[in-house]
Amino acid sequence: MTYSAGYGDPESGGPATAWRDGWPVYDRSGTVCVIGAGPSGLTAMKNLKEHGFGVDCYERDTSVGGAWNWRHDRSPVYASTHLISSKPFSQFPDFPMPDSWPDYPKHTQVLEYLEHYADHFDLKPHIWFGTEVVKVEPAEGERWDVTTRSTGGYGGERIHRYAAVVIANGHNWSPKRPEYEGLEDFKGEVIHAAQFKDAAQLRNKKVLVIGAGNTGCDIAVEAAQQAARCWHSTRRGYWYTPKYTLGRPADQVNDLMLWLKLPLRARQFLAHRTLKSTVGDLTRFGLPQPDHKIYETHTIVNSQLVYYLGHGAVSPVGDVARFHRNSVELKGGEVIEPDLVVLATGYHPSFDFIDGNLLGVDASGRPRLAMHAFPKRQPTLAVAGLLQPDSGLFPLVHWQMVAFARMLRVREAAPAKAVAVQRRLEAELDRRWTTAKVKDSTRHWFEISHTTYLKAIQRLLDELGLEGAK
Amino acid sequence: MKVMRAREWAFPIAPVRREVRRATPELDEGRPPVLFVPGFGHGAWVFAEHWLEHTADRGFPAYAVSLRGHGDSAKAPKATLRAYAHDVAQVAASLPRRAVIVGHGAGALVTAHALARYPARAAVLLSPVFGGAGTALRNPMLSLPALFGGGLRLPAGQLFSRELPSNASRGYAARLGRASTRAQWQLLRGRTPQPPVGDPPVLVVGSPDDRIVSDTALRRVARGYGGAPLLFPGMGHDLMLDTRWREPIDAILDWLEKSA
Ligand SMILES: Cc1cc2nc3c(=O)[nH]c(=O)nc-3n(C[C@H](O)[C@H](O)[C@H](O)COP(=O)(O)OP(=O)(O)OC[C@H]3O[C@@H](n4cnc5c(N)ncnc54)[C@H](O)[C@@H]3O)c2cc1C
Ligand SMILES: NC(=O)c1ccc[n+]([C@@H]2O[C@H](COP(=O)([O-])OP(=O)(O)OC[C@H]3O[C@@H](n4cnc5c(N)ncnc54)[C@H](OP(=O)(O)O)[C@@H]3O)[C@@H](O)[C@H]2O)c1
Repeated sequence: MTYSAGYGDPESGGPATAWRDGWPVYDRSGTVCVIGAGPSGLTAMKNLKEHGFGVDCYERDTSVGGAWNWRHDRSPVYASTHLISSKPFSQFPDFPMPDSWPDYPKHTQVLEYLEHYADHFDLKPHIWFGTEVVKVEPAEGERWDVTTRSTGGYGGERIHRYAAVVIANGHNWSPKRPEYEGLEDFKGEVIHAAQFKDAAQLRNKKVLVIGAGNTGCDIAVEAAQQAARCWHSTRRGYWYTPKYTLGRPADQVNDLMLWLKLPLRARQFLAHRTLKSTVGDLTRFGLPQPDHKIYETHTIVNSQLVYYLGHGAVSPVGDVARFHRNSVELKGGEVIEPDLVVLATGYHPSFDFIDGNLLGVDASGRPRLAMHAFPKRQPTLAVAGLLQPDSGLFPLVHWQMVAFARMLRVREAAPAKAVAVQRRLEAELDRRWTTAKVKDSTRHWFEISHTTYLKAIQRLLDELGLEGAK
Repeated sequence: MKVMRAREWAFPIAPVRREVRRATPELDEGRPPVLFVPGFGHGAWVFAEHWLEHTADRGFPAYAVSLRGHGDSAKAPKATLRAYAHDVAQVAASLPRRAVIVGHGAGALVTAHALARYPARAAVLLSPVFGGAGTALRNPMLSLPALFGGGLRLPAGQLFSRELPSNASRGYAARLGRASTRAQWQLLRGRTPQPPVGDPPVLVVGSPDDRIVSDTALRRVARGYGGAPLLFPGMGHDLMLDTRWREPIDAILDWLEKSA
């Protein structure tokens, strides 16, 4: 691993200047620590650098890209993954994806894009690969002690002290596993979608897919093509948005309506009408009627599921009641006999390296952060990318990090102003950044509407206006 | 800084085939790539004449793009300023490292728009035509036809100093094309570009004897970026094709060595 001149080397670090529990602490002075080199960590580094900060990034894996490197052991991405947000919503706002790429690039292209971003902005020299952050603790002066070690635990631990920390560890890797009666006695195979990588895993099997987030729908479509049989279990009805409507990517149509300032109700009405006039009423395939309006659950973008329902290649079923030795019993009493069950039930956020109180984590594991990014009373700590947007994530996390970098600068240049902004943010700690009333589900903790959220970011950036940095 | 871009998201710019000329140094010493952006009517060839090779000889990987509808890029009769800026940001982002952008004439305005969408390492605005009423008044014979759907006419006499032999200047003038009518309108309307992202240093370069850009206009643009223009008296609007083409490019590269 190389390290560029100019910022000093955290490995040699110079002499220890402080001690913590008998261990030396190496002071990295004004440097900011970034945890994770996925899209969020990369854009954090790039924007902090652009604002003149030194950065040290720790990445437990051996390369950049986070979830988008499907070879990473914790990556939730599978071989067939394509973006569900079209290019204008999927790229960093100051680094366009190539014109030659399709509307919805493949995961390998997203990884290529992220690697190119890292090279273009010279980020890799600041990243310590194969290094895991195991502890983040407050130090005096609103600074942070960060303990790291080699991924997997061998080698010693080291502590460095930083001026600020960005947590960009991702929230799509720790599987959310529902509990079912009888599950431990079930003889078939049960995996979480996190372990699903390739369609070959489904070939010639009788597959039950549980959950209809984008993951569950993608896997059901793969099973329709590869498996001997596919049941798709959902505990409610959903709206299945196709990738294209009215001759263009569906998210671009939605933003056209937003640009025309159509209110939510009108957009919902038009979307319902469009779906009705194209795919029609899905209850005729045996799906439950949605118990909500469109945009009130995290948007599913999938043109193929309805197609395979129409082929009879996917059999929709209701919620699972319990497991038996050789079968699965559904809530309606029906019994099916899958040999593979895929739990596509989503992911939990997990911040095991930091005291949950610092992030306002409650008993259910839900953090309480202003704008899902800024913890109460911790002006030098931010969480990047903890969002479930109705569009792509990259532009949103880019602006989050521009705002955080500015916040740190304003703290130096105009402390009183920084405190005022922090107070204002804290007053909105429990605000939701959606226009629609989303369904109560753990998967909607971080659900946001990109327009509502970006307007809030715009306001924040305006408040943090700096001389010279317009 | 403008965060909400619903119109841009709803109407992305259509992709086109773009001509990119390049000259790379024999030895990569890690210097930033320099991307040249020609003005209206001009193609990448104007930089391929002298500047690309010279830049590469001085150790900077050098590139020149033809805006859509220009040079060997695909035709684009309906192109907007935004589409041109998109072309620039696309090429800049494709380069291996964070790029320096050098825009000439109305290409400097295109560059200024691109700087709001790509955090360039530095930028140079050469003989910048930032449009607005001033441009039209100074060049009525050039801009009137544009208003009525014709092309901005670029006669050789307006573009080059008298030092350039007339067969050379006539040869260059014959190769000129034209920007789309829409983009010319937008140029005359002169909407101020959004501020650059990433706070790049910006240098303005020109000639007091430029017959298209007045000295006042040059200074106004430079002041907008917090500086004074670097002047090359006696030269024409097309600095990169004029007889003394070497002086401005050397000054630009010297500046880059110091500031980027
Ligand atoms: C199947 C799938 C498809 C998706 N499709 C889209 C889409 O179309 N559009 C979209 O915008 N989003 C999509 N997403 C969301 C996706 O999660 C984000 O695009 C993005 O990957 C989130 O980036 P991140 O950097 O926040 O997290 P991650 O990509 O998860 O990266 C986190 C990084 O932090 C590292 N790390 C974690 N803990 C530590 C530690 N303690 N120490 C050191 N390093 C650590 C990890 O190794 C990882 O590299 C999709 C997600 C899934 C699961
Ligand atoms: N192609 C792509 O680009 C792509 C692909 C996959 C995922 N993603 C993104 O990745 C993120 C995670 O998606 P995900 O699909 O893995 O998770 P998710 O969005 O959280 O969806 C989980 C699904 O499982 C259901 N579920 C959860 N717990 C359950 C339980 N106990 N019993 C029954 N059903 C249960 C949920 O139902 P409820 O609705 O009732 O809660 C929901 O249908 C999302 O942001 C998604 O958009 C993108």
